[in-house]
Amino acid sequence: MSFPVEVSDLSKSFKSGARSIQALENVNFKLSRGQVTGLIGPDGAGKTTLMRVLCGLFPIDTGEVKVLGLNATTDAEEVQSKVSYMPQRFGLYEDLSVQENLDLYADLKGLAVEKRAECYQTLMHLTGLAPFTDRLAGKLSGGMKQKLGLACALVVPPELLLLDEPTVGVDPVSRRELWEIVYQQVEETGMTVLLSTAYLDEAERCAEVILLHEGKVINQGSPEQFSEKLQGKTWLIESEQLTPRQLQLALSKRADVVDALIANEGVRVISGSTEVASIRKSFPSSIELKISAVTPIFEDAFISLLKKQGLHEVKTAIARHKEKTENANEVIIEVDNLQRRFGDFIAVNDVSFTVKRGEIFGLLGANGAGKSTTFRMLCGLLPLSAGELSVAGVDLRHAADQARQKVGYMAQKFSLYGNLSVIQNLRFYASAYGLFKEKQKERIEWAIEAFELGDYRQANAKELPLGYKQRLSFAVALMHEPDILFLDEPTSGVDPLARREFWARTNELAESGVTVLVTTHFMDEANYCDRLVIMASGTVLAQGTPLEMKKLAQSDSEVLPTMEEAFIYLIEQQGEDG
Amino acid sequence: MIDAARYQRLSGLIRKESLQIMRDPSSIAIAFVLPVVLLFLFGYGVSLDARNIPIGIVVEQPDAATQSLTGSFEQSDYFSPFYFQTIQQAEKALEKHKIDGIVWLKNDFARALFSKHDAVIAVRVNGVNSNQANLTLGYIRGTWLSWITHYAEAKGTELNMPIQLEHRVWFNPAVSSRLFLVPGVVAIIMTLIGTLLTALVVAREWDRGTMEALFVTPLRNVEFIAGKLIPYFILGMASLFLNFFLAIWLFKVPFEGSFWLLLLTGSLYMLVSLAVGLLISVMAKNQFVAGQIAIITGFLPAFILSGFIFDINSMPPAIQFITHIVPARYYVAILQTLFLAGDVWPVILANVAALLIMLVIFTRLVAKKTRKSLE
Amino acid sequence: MNHSFLLIIALALKEFLALLRDKSSRFVLIGPPIAQLLVFGYAANYDLDNISVAIYNEDPGIASRELVSRIEGSPNINVLYTIEKESEIRPLIDNRDVLLVMHIDSQFSANIAIGESGVVQLLLDGRNSNTAMIALNYLRDIILVLNEEWRYQNLSQAPPAIIEERAWYNENLHSQWFIITGIVGLLTLVVTLIVTALSVAREREQGTFDQLLVTPVHPFYILIGKALPGLLIGLIEGAAIIGLAVWWFDIPLRGSLFALYLGLFLFLLSAVGVGLMISAICITQQQAVLGAFLFLVPAVILSGFATPIANMPDMVQLLTWLDPLKYFLVIIRSVFLEGGGLGLLWPQFWPMVIIALLSLAMAGWLFKHRMY
Repeated sequence: MSFPVEVSDLSKSFKSGARSIQALENVNFKLSRGQVTGLIGPDGAGKTTLMRVLCGLFPIDTGEVKVLGLNATTDAEEVQSKVSYMPQRFGLYEDLSVQENLDLYADLKGLAVEKRAECYQTLMHLTGLAPFTDRLAGKLSGGMKQKLGLACALVVPPELLLLDEPTVGVDPVSRRELWEIVYQQVEETGMTVLLSTAYLDEAERCAEVILLHEGKVINQGSPEQFSEKLQGKTWLIESEQLTPRQLQLALSKRADVVDALIANEGVRVISGSTEVASIRKSFPSSIELKISAVTPIFEDAFISLLKKQGLHEVKTAIARHKEKTENANEVIIEVDNLQRRFGDFIAVNDVSFTVKRGEIFGLLGANGAGKSTTFRMLCGLLPLSAGELSVAGVDLRHAADQARQKVGYMAQKFSLYGNLSVIQNLRFYASAYGLFKEKQKERIEWAIEAFELGDYRQANAKELPLGYKQRLSFAVALMHEPDILFLDEPTSGVDPLARREFWARTNELAESGVTVLVTTHFMDEANYCDRLVIMASGTVLAQGTPLEMKKLAQSDSEVLPTMEEAFIYLIEQQGEDG
Repeated sequence: MIDAARYQRLSGLIRKESLQIMRDPSSIAIAFVLPVVLLFLFGYGVSLDARNIPIGIVVEQPDAATQSLTGSFEQSDYFSPFYFQTIQQAEKALEKHKIDGIVWLKNDFARALFSKHDAVIAVRVNGVNSNQANLTLGYIRGTWLSWITHYAEAKGTELNMPIQLEHRVWFNPAVSSRLFLVPGVVAIIMTLIGTLLTALVVAREWDRGTMEALFVTPLRNVEFIAGKLIPYFILGMASLFLNFFLAIWLFKVPFEGSFWLLLLTGSLYMLVSLAVGLLISVMAKNQFVAGQIAIITGFLPAFILSGFIFDINSMPPAIQFITHIVPARYYVAILQTLFLAGDVWPVILANVAALLIMLVIFTRLVAKKTRKSLE
Repeated sequence: MNHSFLLIIALALKEFLALLRDKSSRFVLIGPPIAQLLVFGYAANYDLDNISVAIYNEDPGIASRELVSRIEGSPNINVLYTIEKESEIRPLIDNRDVLLVMHIDSQFSANIAIGESGVVQLLLDGRNSNTAMIALNYLRDIILVLNEEWRYQNLSQAPPAIIEERAWYNENLHSQWFIITGIVGLLTLVVTLIVTALSVAREREQGTFDQLLVTPVHPFYILIGKALPGLLIGLIEGAAIIGLAVWWFDIPLRGSLFALYLGLFLFLLSAVGVGLMISAICITQQQAVLGAFLFLVPAVILSGFATPIANMPDMVQLLTWLDPLKYFLVIIRSVFLEGGGLGLLWPQFWPMVIIALLSLAMAGWLFKHRMY
């Protein structure tokens, strides 16, 4: 039997001005029929380009691409009528309703009218969109859009389904549901699925994984094959005396530690070799370490593989700028019965919490839970409908301009001036924060040094790789040494390496007394927070430390659930109550 | 079977496009609000016909003859005269834009008339708006000539004019500029809908990433183009009906031609405009740039280079050459003929032929450029 | 240096860079003005220099031949056809082959010889009645001159009166002088409006507006930062086109430069105010383009740019009071051609000051109340 996709010696480059960018280089792989293959790689690895080549949307430079036995370059139209493809933004018409989007794709894919009722019913049931058929796609939450996009791709079950980052910016519940739908389809119709993702935990759900980096295939195999190589090198290190954050900070600076990641009450470590005695010895004897071996997962393999590619060296040099205040328990942010209405729709209702100085405080929730609305009110970007809030003693919306001097802000999507260079952006924001002349120069030098932006000084901000964009945004938010930092989904769409880097920096800031308020989709990141609230449909579902959250969801078994499991549990609990 | 699938794809696409048109306020604005605004502005606001031109009259020595002459200025629809004692006062008024011209009857006007004495009438106009000034001069001369003829007759003096000029303005005997401006505006509105709106909506598909999803379906190029053309074609024709109705009913523009020809040529022009719009959008792939290009290559030439207001024959040769690739040029000629002159076959056939050639060229270009590829 | 001054510089600099570093924005600033200057400068012209004429001469006499040769000798007229039958007239005009047909009566020469009037009939295509009237005027002039000459030659009759005509300010009645001075106003309005109308919408779309609002910069400074680039770019383009008008198109500049630039400044200020109002209301760039377009079209048509305001109905004339372009066009044409100065033009200045103040205040208010 032939393979549904066969790619041999594929190379593809783009012209960008005078430069030529090698997007794919000598790529070879085959997909096996009837299984889910994950295409995994950091941003800019060439995942989307590869997807588009498979759909016949890009001509190629060299090599051969066979899709369902057809040549994707010369028989592009044939290929396009046989495969289903969901692009990154789902390809939905936002001004059409759910039903109308489905009708369109049913028409385009030639689904017979008499078969539609049954097909729609199945799909709507599968995706849980049945109650929303009349709603405009633009008004759906990210998770629902993604499911509708998938439904549109599945109106006529294809032989080959291509999904380009279907789970970006989507909450865990929706992600889990998407996977269920995909697997059900694979079982029922035996279709082949290629799915690109930046979520490494999703790799484990794939039968096979292709790891792409800088346009090259680094490895292909089952997730187990990847993680096997790290057998005996992964550990959980805990300590009574040190907070996980302090422990991680110390561990990540060691040369024999490949990766250190906060997990539950300890730190998950990948060591360079199979023995950990040297790590234990490096801590003073007064500190007791509890080291236990854990089974390696795909993420471990991914990180260690990419670090071997010489990619990356975290430099947490955001040296502290202010003295840690004595009054550590001072309340910095206070939110009291906050409410926000948009017409009849209540986006945020009765939300209350407090944040203390030096805390990392997380705001977790599904799409449309009201996180961003709460966030925007805190930053003074949106007036409140009812309730009260204070940030450093004032409501930023009505406060004197100087009050905003204390606050740093990093928006959800990259929001610096795209066609200004890195240095121009830094200069502008330094001025906006009232830093001029010597002080300005000093801070800009600091930013470039601490965030390793030196190579990109003159590059336009929009042309930076995503990880660097995020660094630049972070640098801008820290330009004026704020006491409080607002980070709105800072790691959305960013690859695992850049996320680690980002959290290393944030941890360091928090350790030095900066208060951090952060929203995130990544449940594992909740572990970095001192305390957090989980929001759902505009209200606070639960509030407390990560451990408390997990304990809420803990069943009879001894094993503590992961944050993601806890989150899904809490959301479902609420669903049952409501 | 294959045809059924093709029909299904096409109708699905058309339904989707129609729903989008109905839900997008900016489509409605461009298709229905803008035309009405433009028609009203041109129908009511813009006029090249001078009426009640304020002129100053200075009579240095009034008598029966001067009174008779100034009387004919007062009776004329073209003028509203103001009297001044001295030329200096009148010139002050001209400087301050209170009046647009001066008729100055010097010295002893009546005595000098028909004698070999010096000039007796001096005319001053503000030449800043040269078109207006030319018209004013023409009207003053005309008023003078008809007065002197009557005056001479009344006095029994032989006033011999070797050449007697008569004129008749065909198609627009009342010489009302509205009658040719309104059909011209109809052509501009159709250009706006066909080119600007289409350029924007197709570019929007690129911007929002839906094009990518459309491409990876059994949809063929031709179907995609047809699916875009048909709804906007219908929209454009609906707007044509609205404009036609307003032109006839509100602005009382006569319609001498036949309706089916209007329909036929309108459809042809709509197709050409749509093809231009599609061409712009497949090349720009970005709403902002597409909008700019549509305005610069579609709207502006339709206004200036179509012969709508400005005479093409008087433009420099290089620019006359450019007007040949402005489709609006041919349609303005057709519309002005159909409205005011009737079914003049040579005019219509020549312009229809030109439009057909442009249609073929543009659709071929569109088909070539709309490869199902993202590069 | 004062911090708020440095801040304004930084804000304005940012706007400039954001505009000028972007290819399509640069194009918008340079492409349309050049295209419009060329198109308007050369194509938008009311002067006819190529009137297509057919002559239907039924008279074999000398007088008619002289008339025909006069017509043929005119630089503005192009005799394309000489026809022999009356039935040929209709198709020539219908088919737009000629703008007018001149029909000379068969008794023309004979009548003139016996001291009576010979009849010449002009048949004009009125599909563009403005062009028809201009052509009629040209021919009337030729015949007027001929009349006087013949009367003097044949009858030694002097004309009953000599009409001595003089056009002030634009002695040869070049329509280019009128159109190009208008373009200075038109182009600066378009550019300034587009630049300012899009600036906030662009920041909203790119999300940079939020980032800006959380900084300690007061919205008032943001507003000034947004207003400055539009103002400056408008001034620079205005000055460039004024320069081209003087040196390329040879249009005399007779009045006070100070009055001209003060007028330009006030005009741009009101354009910036309107632009910022559009900007404050619109969320997306597309809406802003549409908003600017919906303001521009009436503003240009009602400004007296191409057609005199005096010809408009009274109701419409009242509307023109709101149009800043109307005042500026009077100023620029007066300064260029009439030699106008501050004293004569002050009635044009204060309405622009009021429009500028109102629109800027309105923009400021909208800005504050639509910040989210």
